[in-house]
Amino acid sequence: MTDEPDHDPTTKRLGFFFWLCVGFIALVVLLALIANLLPLPDPTFQNYSAPQNAGPGWGHLLGTDDLNRDIFSRLIFGSRVSLVVGFGSALIGMLIGGVPAMISAYRRGRTDTFLNTTSYVLLAFPALIGVIAIGEFWGHQLWKITLVIGIFSAPLIFRVVRASTLSYATRDFVMAAKALGASDRRILAREILPNILPTVVSFGLIVVATLIVLEGTLAFLGLSVPPPTPSWGNMLNEGSSLLAGGKGQTNPWLVIFPAGAMFLLLFSLNVVADRLRSYFDVTEVKL
Amino acid sequence: MTDPAEAAAPLLRVEDLYVSFAKGRSAVQAVAGVSFDIYAGETLGLVGESGCGKSTTGRAIVQVEKPTSGKITFDGTELTTLGRGELRTLRTQVQMIFQDPISSLNPRRRVNDIVAEPLTIWKIGTKEERATRVNAMLDSVGIDPYIAGNRRPREFSGGQCQRISIARALVLQPKLLVCDEIVSALDVSVQAQILNLLEDLKAAHGLTVLFIAHDLAVVKNVSDRVAVMYLGRLCEVAPSDLLYEVPAHHYTAALLSSAVEPDPETTRTPVILAGEPPSPINPPSGCRFRTRCPRAEPRCAAEVPELRTIAPGHQVACHFPIGS
Amino acid sequence: MTAPLLEVTDLHVRFATPRGDVHAVQGVSLELAQGRTLGIVGESGSGKTVLSRAIMGLLPRHSAAMTGSVRFDGTEILNAPDRQLRKLWGTQIAMVFQDPMTSLNPVQRIGHQITEHVRIHLGVGRDEAKETALSLLMQVGIPSPVERYGSYPHQLSGGMRQRVMIAIALACAPRLLMADEPTTGLDVTVQAQILNLLSTLQRDRQMAMILVTHDLGVVATRTDEIIVMYAGNVVERAPTDVLFREMSMPYTEALLRSMPRISNPSHTRLDSIEGRPPDLINPPAGCPFAPRCPYAQSRCHNEKPPLVEGAVPGHSYACWFPIS
Repeated sequence: MTDEPDHDPTTKRLGFFFWLCVGFIALVVLLALIANLLPLPDPTFQNYSAPQNAGPGWGHLLGTDDLNRDIFSRLIFGSRVSLVVGFGSALIGMLIGGVPAMISAYRRGRTDTFLNTTSYVLLAFPALIGVIAIGEFWGHQLWKITLVIGIFSAPLIFRVVRASTLSYATRDFVMAAKALGASDRRILAREILPNILPTVVSFGLIVVATLIVLEGTLAFLGLSVPPPTPSWGNMLNEGSSLLAGGKGQTNPWLVIFPAGAMFLLLFSLNVVADRLRSYFDVTEVKL
Repeated sequence: MTDPAEAAAPLLRVEDLYVSFAKGRSAVQAVAGVSFDIYAGETLGLVGESGCGKSTTGRAIVQVEKPTSGKITFDGTELTTLGRGELRTLRTQVQMIFQDPISSLNPRRRVNDIVAEPLTIWKIGTKEERATRVNAMLDSVGIDPYIAGNRRPREFSGGQCQRISIARALVLQPKLLVCDEIVSALDVSVQAQILNLLEDLKAAHGLTVLFIAHDLAVVKNVSDRVAVMYLGRLCEVAPSDLLYEVPAHHYTAALLSSAVEPDPETTRTPVILAGEPPSPINPPSGCRFRTRCPRAEPRCAAEVPELRTIAPGHQVACHFPIGS
Repeated sequence: MTAPLLEVTDLHVRFATPRGDVHAVQGVSLELAQGRTLGIVGESGSGKTVLSRAIMGLLPRHSAAMTGSVRFDGTEILNAPDRQLRKLWGTQIAMVFQDPMTSLNPVQRIGHQITEHVRIHLGVGRDEAKETALSLLMQVGIPSPVERYGSYPHQLSGGMRQRVMIAIALACAPRLLMADEPTTGLDVTVQAQILNLLSTLQRDRQMAMILVTHDLGVVATRTDEIIVMYAGNVVERAPTDVLFREMSMPYTEALLRSMPRISNPSHTRLDSIEGRPPDLINPPAGCPFAPRCPYAQSRCHNEKPPLVEGAVPGHSYACWFPIS
């Protein structure tokens, strides 16, 4: 006599909108990667033969800014900063915070208690101020900013990964794997990691979104990569004074496009994160 | 009458096992000096109520819990003398099945992978050989490997999950199987299926079983001998039929009389124990059962009763056993 | 002939789910007179819990569609507005749930939980409420009630928490007590205490009581009448002693046979019921138990048997070919 499993007809689908957002993110990343190969004018080139503060039109798809630079080109090259800080810092945070969290939560003991308490303490520290202060001392190169922001994001990532790991580490199947003779490394990789991955990836995307905003904030304060390197934050900073006739000029496009691009990217990241979380959030077996 | 099984050396010998947990500043002695033998081919039932330490004992035997002190000898080898590597190898010989069928299986992995995992860990056989063995194992527990193999645990019922756990535990062909409340979370009719399956597999694979449970009827049904635990200590050990007919320990008697039987004509009047089980953090001195025992005397508080033989195969830890 | 206290007629409960409508309860009727105890027995998925919640009016209105009639003391309460039900809940009808840890408020002291209940429903002052609470704690057998009065639920054992739940349930002297798996998960000895307590209280106060459980043993000696449920249907109903003596429905027989008994010798092969309960989303045309019934014939698969009265008055069953 054999028992058959039930076939669940309501396999959840991720949805068209989800894939649309994934596509958008992929497009932004792709454009940033191949920006050098695209027929774009130099983003820092101040082209005096072109109209100043022009709106979108032929020749300059999204117009020009007050220094006669092409906005479209600056938008695409500028996305690099946001993407590098967003994904790069998140990755660094995962490495410094997430990996120790998983191991520590699984092993427990005094190391775990110590790391746990430390993460609480570090979380209390205002990250923005810390990033700004270190930036002032150390410099504003892109890689330095990415590293510092990454380090500051580690405590929060530590907490989330630790909580997620804890909820699985105490389950019987982990004990069963131990009883079968699996090494700790194997258990972490094959039993725990696949289970926490959905939560971690989903949370990770939110972190990316948050860090992109953080970089934008810094740039808006003039504390990120210095001009003339294009970045969305820089563009917003420059554009803010041109919004309503400051400096004697008006060019709303300089704000609209980077703000719009940032909004769409963040929105897509959030949608993808949320859909992934609910897709993998399966209520387990019926008895 | 000499039991032929007892003439040979036991497959598992537990001597004076202590397992303590730190709880804040104090230590809880979950297992406080437990000794028993399990002979090859038999099923020893370990019964007791919550907090008695039976699950902890099982886990100590399977080495997922570290004993604080005591000796565990498996198949002639003393486990405490082994190094980490050798200890790990011994794991293939002793396996465990847990109470919660759902939490026993990794929800993200497929059934085939789950059951093949032990073979993969120990690098036994080629990929094809493993697949064959997994299929055969699943078949023997009543799960169709071709329909079920590629699915995830969430698509199965509690009883089916338990079968998969059994398949995983047996694929390494262990000598000793520790069953920790394996049917407590299942419906009555499913429980019967799993118990029957266990008996069949035990015969087919020549297993020795330590069956831990709190349900007396279930334990009696599968066990050759039964050991009763209370608050970390053994009260009584005897062949099943004997234990249930002529219990010698007062706790055993109370347990038996409180058990519910589906028979309205039953003449058994429950011996209702007074009070609540004491806290394991601060157990009573001497005999731990004395605070609820109808026969307690001053000697019980002063002296810890040791497990002693009162009849062939029948041991009891009581100063004034029933019938004395 | 006094009218029954509780009268349920043709109750249907349907849940809307993404997979379709789940027919959790299909046409159940029952009666309960004051002072009598009814046992509702079934495995998981039988609908017994849904039935008990539906009778109490505790099912979420937006997802549960209920038809039929539930009359308490002559008044229709099925689908009654919460406003009307609140007058009955806690005062006339009380419920004791399975897991006292989740049913009691973990951040309120137990004494407070009782007095709060008493004060809301009986409108008495603080001192009188405390007196009542202490008296109730004593009645349910909690030792040192004055000391325990200020305890939090997590400081009490499972058995004590259940007693507190019962105390709260009885605070306003309800006429009907619904106990849904009140002892599942509790130790055997504690279970005996709690069941005895319920029986005593029921007898002293002449309450009507409904015991919902999966364990035939629990209801065997403590109920006047038993209803057996399977897949949302009542498949057999009889006075307790009649049910065990003259069971007619094969499921009842199979259920009884699959339970291990202490009175059986060890290694008795259990009669397990093969297969699993049917899907409640598309209930089969014939008898719900037919696919698993050893006596099933073609009529059983095609036509659903109605509940009919047997030879003994008060004994009804739903089977085309009852076991005589």
